[in-house]
Amino acid sequence: MSRQAILDSIRRGLRRGPLPADQRAMLEGRLAAHPRQLIPARSRVPRPEQIALFLRNLEKEFATFERLADAAAVPGAVAAYLARHNLPSRFAIAPMLADLPWADRPMLTPEARRAHPDDLVCLTHGFAGIAETGTLMLPSDPARPTTLNLLPDTAMVLLRASDIVGAYEEAWDRLRAAGPQGVWMPRNVMLVTGPSRSADIEQTLELGAHGPRRLHVLLVDDE
Amino acid sequence: MTATLPAPRAARYDDLMQIHSPEFQERARHALDDPGLQKALGRAKEGFQVKRAAAVAGLPEFEALRDTAADIKNHTLANLDFYLETFAANVEAAGGRVHWCSTADEARAAVLKICQDAGARTVTKGKSMISEELAVNEHLEKHGITPVETDLGEYILQIRDEGPSHIIAPAFHLNREDWEETFRRVHTDLAPDRVFAERRDIMAEARIKLRQKFLAADVGITGANFLIAETGSSVIVTNEGNGDLTQTLPRVHIALASIEKMVPTLEDATSLLRVLARSATGQDFSVYTTFSTGVRRPGDLDGPEEYHVVLLDGGRSNMLGTEFQDMLRCIRCAACMNHCPVYGAVGGHSYGWVYPGPMGSVLTPTLIGVDRAGHLPNASTFCGRCESVCPVKIPLPKLMRHWREREFDQHLSPQGVRSGLGIWGWFAQRPGLYRSATGAANLALRLWGRGQGVFRSLPFAGGWTAGRDLPVPQPGGTFMAQYARRKRRG
Repeated sequence: MSRQAILDSIRRGLRRGPLPADQRAMLEGRLAAHPRQLIPARSRVPRPEQIALFLRNLEKEFATFERLADAAAVPGAVAAYLARHNLPSRFAIAPMLADLPWADRPMLTPEARRAHPDDLVCLTHGFAGIAETGTLMLPSDPARPTTLNLLPDTAMVLLRASDIVGAYEEAWDRLRAAGPQGVWMPRNVMLVTGPSRSADIEQTLELGAHGPRRLHVLLVDDE
Repeated sequence: MTATLPAPRAARYDDLMQIHSPEFQERARHALDDPGLQKALGRAKEGFQVKRAAAVAGLPEFEALRDTAADIKNHTLANLDFYLETFAANVEAAGGRVHWCSTADEARAAVLKICQDAGARTVTKGKSMISEELAVNEHLEKHGITPVETDLGEYILQIRDEGPSHIIAPAFHLNREDWEETFRRVHTDLAPDRVFAERRDIMAEARIKLRQKFLAADVGITGANFLIAETGSSVIVTNEGNGDLTQTLPRVHIALASIEKMVPTLEDATSLLRVLARSATGQDFSVYTTFSTGVRRPGDLDGPEEYHVVLLDGGRSNMLGTEFQDMLRCIRCAACMNHCPVYGAVGGHSYGWVYPGPMGSVLTPTLIGVDRAGHLPNASTFCGRCESVCPVKIPLPKLMRHWREREFDQHLSPQGVRSGLGIWGWFAQRPGLYRSATGAANLALRLWGRGQGVFRSLPFAGGWTAGRDLPVPQPGGTFMAQYARRKRRG
């Protein structure tokens, strides 16, 4: 019905019938190859500069970060951050981060689960960091629920330096490679650049609209 | 040449839609006399133009990316049937459903049916211009379902019962005092003497109010900045995070999108995203750019159990193959209105329907008919700034001129304009007569205005001299006469 009517109307406008098989094959080839378009040169720099560019862009977008020598240092860094900002020691973490040595910090109560509306702090895992604009790629996964990115007042993200790439396209390639065959695209993929904000009141930027007011990245130097 | 192309048939939006485009002139006059609005419009330069210029200056490839963006959109439009079918197949493979809707009525009915099947009482909404186009809120309310706008700007407009005046900053026409007054009036459960010391206090109040709504909603409705054929994803771009809460917390997610939002791959979407935020708000990238694909997967701890894409044609397919096809490249960044002297003088509400500014002046006549929207393409100085900032290089002035031609062809322009143009056309086709007539007029004006410098008013040109003076012609004759004389001299 309407599906056919819309397709017919499009073809009438384009002055042709359904595409012939060879043209369909060409378009299917383009989808399968998903060619990259022009990629800005800014992120094609030597590795240490790429990481520096990522961190510079994070700060430009009002996020904060600290660099840690290894993943074992994460519980200590979280404890210090929470104490510094007077935040509660009970918080939600992505289930995939449950294996960190939390027992080293018995005062902390990390809970591996999705976020609740009254959570003040959550810690999730960054799948990739994109240097071009200081953007975090946060795909959904049973062990990485989406609500952790959205509901808390303070969102913390653990990111490994080896997961920092230059351009968005490189992150897409990593995500394609990580997914299963068939429907490889996760249900939800958020590209997050800084904490939530709005300029709806007099075109003046204010942080903390509906999402997190603070975004803090724990960068593990694993390279 | 353009005359041989078929005119797009207007989709003829009606009933629920409040269409005020025929009243453009009265509304514009009011707008010019509204000090609050003029104060708000004064923020366009610092709020948008300066920021965009800085973002563009920071990306050397920006100009080349505009070409890339236009190419991607042109390729998609030329194969739109293929990409829509591929998209639909991939949505279904991920457990979602696509509702193909030719008309606004069908799309409204589809949204209502999904909400009713879900037993919805309240529905949260992310910002969506298609929703404005369809008047989804009015339709849901009529059937006992409460829609709640969650974008900060849309939220205040909903409680003030106003439409958006800008496609990315819906409350662009309001000042801080309007926000404070409205919140005090509506949030009566809070202390009436509370102090809004900073803008962030206003925002914090909205955050608390809306948090409760997000949690109570049965269905979340968002728009879509892009649809991706390769993956069957809908993409939203926001700074607040309200769109993400809308599509993540309720059990059912509906994405409203028109057919031209399609792009082939993630790489293509990425290229368009590189020009979108820079053109819109002057950000390198918006805070939340989110790709939704299908329903909650096995083991997922959150996310919707139903995912619906309500896909609207609403007159767009009629634009293919006409001179207005270029308009379908539009990615709704609002750079054209942010840089438009007419929009900057009269604001978005003057345009009388959903889409204001240059892009609205081209799109609105297609959707509601040039007979009702004919004033809009006439409200242009043709300065060309809109085209020069458009990230997908839509020739907006040319398209507005096409509408003027159509309006003339359909005998919709006022008699005075038609006769004036007729007289001018008759003279212009007779160069000898034209030159002697303008030469004589030039001389007459010079003699009449001797010693004055300027005319403050002129008979038959009162409309023109009401807003400006006409300089008295200087000795030496018309431009053509001087040009001919110099050419003779060599």
